[in-house]
Amino acid sequence: MTELTLIQGVNKALHQAMKNDPDVLCLGEDIGVNGGVFRATDGLQKEFGEQRVLDTPLNESGIVGMAVGMALYGLKPVAEIQFLDFIYPAFDQIVSELAKLRYRSGGQFPAHVVIRTPYGGGIRGGLYHSQSTEQLFASTPGLKVVIPSTPADAKGLLLTAIFDEDPVLFMEPKRIYRTATGEVPDGDHRVPFGKARIVREGTDVSVFAYGAMVPTAFQACQVLEKTGIHAELIDLRTLVPLDIDAVVRSVEKTGRAVIVHEAPKFCGFGAELAAILAEKALYSLKAPIARVTGYDTPFPYTLENLYLPSVDRIGRAIQRTVAAG
Amino acid sequence: MSGVPPSSPARPPSGGAAPANADDVGAGTAVVPLPYSAKQLQELLGSSWEARLKEMYRGMLLGRVLDTRMLGLQRQGRVAFYGPATGQEATSVGAALAMAEGDWVLPGLREQLIALMRGLDLTLYLHHLFGNDLDTARGRQMPCHPSAREARYVSMSSNIGTQIIHAVGLAYALRYKRETGVSWAFFGDGATSSNDFHSGMNFAGVWKLPVLFVCTNNQWAISIPNEKQTASPTFAEKAQAYGFEGSRVDGTDVVAVYHALREAREALASGKGPRMIECVLYRLTPHSSSDDPSRYQPKGWMDRAKAHDPLGRFEAMLDKLGMLPSAEREAVRAELDAKVRAAIQEAEVMPPPRFESLFEDTLRTPAWPLTEERDSFDKEQGGNFP
Repeated sequence: MTELTLIQGVNKALHQAMKNDPDVLCLGEDIGVNGGVFRATDGLQKEFGEQRVLDTPLNESGIVGMAVGMALYGLKPVAEIQFLDFIYPAFDQIVSELAKLRYRSGGQFPAHVVIRTPYGGGIRGGLYHSQSTEQLFASTPGLKVVIPSTPADAKGLLLTAIFDEDPVLFMEPKRIYRTATGEVPDGDHRVPFGKARIVREGTDVSVFAYGAMVPTAFQACQVLEKTGIHAELIDLRTLVPLDIDAVVRSVEKTGRAVIVHEAPKFCGFGAELAAILAEKALYSLKAPIARVTGYDTPFPYTLENLYLPSVDRIGRAIQRTVAAG
Repeated sequence: MSGVPPSSPARPPSGGAAPANADDVGAGTAVVPLPYSAKQLQELLGSSWEARLKEMYRGMLLGRVLDTRMLGLQRQGRVAFYGPATGQEATSVGAALAMAEGDWVLPGLREQLIALMRGLDLTLYLHHLFGNDLDTARGRQMPCHPSAREARYVSMSSNIGTQIIHAVGLAYALRYKRETGVSWAFFGDGATSSNDFHSGMNFAGVWKLPVLFVCTNNQWAISIPNEKQTASPTFAEKAQAYGFEGSRVDGTDVVAVYHALREAREALASGKGPRMIECVLYRLTPHSSSDDPSRYQPKGWMDRAKAHDPLGRFEAMLDKLGMLPSAEREAVRAELDAKVRAAIQEAEVMPPPRFESLFEDTLRTPAWPLTEERDSFDKEQGGNFP
């Protein structure tokens, strides 16, 4: 065990994967000499060389398309998109190629690719360094979507992603890159996909969150504990595959649900969770489902702290939900 | 009209200057024979030149026979769609013969003949065209989108240009694994305007990778002629800006294509960076079975383009050289036709894919909700309604 930050967990996972398997390569903008703009790939090129840690030209479609080509041969590329906000030139490669290769070739050509990308607000990044658009990818069949919230999960989920045959979008909560710290197992630590983490147990209400919203929601739950509300907090970890049993089971127990994410509400991932609960746990519900999300606008610069779900906003939503029935 | 020596692929194609625009298809409708003497052919194709010519003929004829039969079946409603490659046979066959076994093919729209020549079984291809249970991809793709790993021929999407950058990643992998193979990216004239033409050409140039970019310029991107696709006089010259050589070859001359691509392939295999070759040819059919060129092609274009029919030009050369007498050619045609008919017969009676295949191959292990959708299939779709 070593005490690490979340971004160190990412770095350790990449290091471990490259040490395990010479077919693991990293590619992206500024990831080599510079070690990535957030330093996620710091030291990798020095240790593994320019052949395995590639500084690419500035073209996201090229980065993902190149990774697809490498995977067609049998390599296990890990592509970095510098910010999720910049991923859209590669949307065609992700949605039309990466996510469909296995299906359209009858399994002849799996697409063993990981795309790592920092996402989310709270770093004074304005419209184009802050967005959370996980729902665009979670609704694309053929793609796994993974979002860690702790250093141990960052390492363990990324290692699982790199050695998973299916394509994975690995979204890193950049606001807590350095503020989330914790003990991380040494060596080849893997965390399985499709298993949600119960951050704290509770009996009155289930709070669902992922990524950077987990520590914020956790604080809200801790504050409410003192007022006698026992909230259960579930960190989904992987949106695809989703741990539906954990979601349904928790609400069957508590009878109430509050869903938290940074992305706008309309057609966000919370809409899917709410629909699941309506289909599978309606008769357990004692109160309407609440969603605490980013507002349905582009992402603001100066007022980002009002835009993002805060401890207060989440806490009030939990209080209202518990009071509703 | 004088021919162009195939050893100079940078020169315009053999029927005179390469057309500056799609209207410039030439005035005559008489087929122009390929310009080679027996001596030249021997020089270009080596001592087994006669066998190689027969191979070329067989390959091109297979493409033509398939197109003829399949377009017929499409008109009868027996397959929903077909994308013919008539007019492109010389380029596909020349390319397939110039490849080595360890090479990889990232196809564009009309490269299926290459897959067949590299080992895709004809009957298996017909299973794909009918989208039946024996299709490798279980009838998931429209016809003419085969997947053939055994031929190192990658399953294509219908999106234009996306495969170009895949060829670059593949070439990187080949070099990384110290393989001698070359990665071939095929794409049409329209794809030169796509995003991944740029990303692919640029990335390959930066890393000097063994990618052979083959532009099959059939002069039409559905209804858009070359001069509306680019302001460059040629597509080939775009390569210069990416730091490597681009050249043109007469894509209706199978000998010239074979020679130019073989030469380029050898250069790539010895580490001399990427190359682009533009094969100028003529689309001798509509874009697909769903297209009507009378809406956009100048009157008589197709008739005049037929003077550049690669198969007709090849046969006219054989006539001049007194090779492969017509009885022998007829025998080859009859044999290929019988093979295609037999494959059609076998494939057409196969049942559609099992319903379970709907739920396979999206992820390696299906996840919820797909598992639930699969398990409730009978309840949702079985029995009588109401």
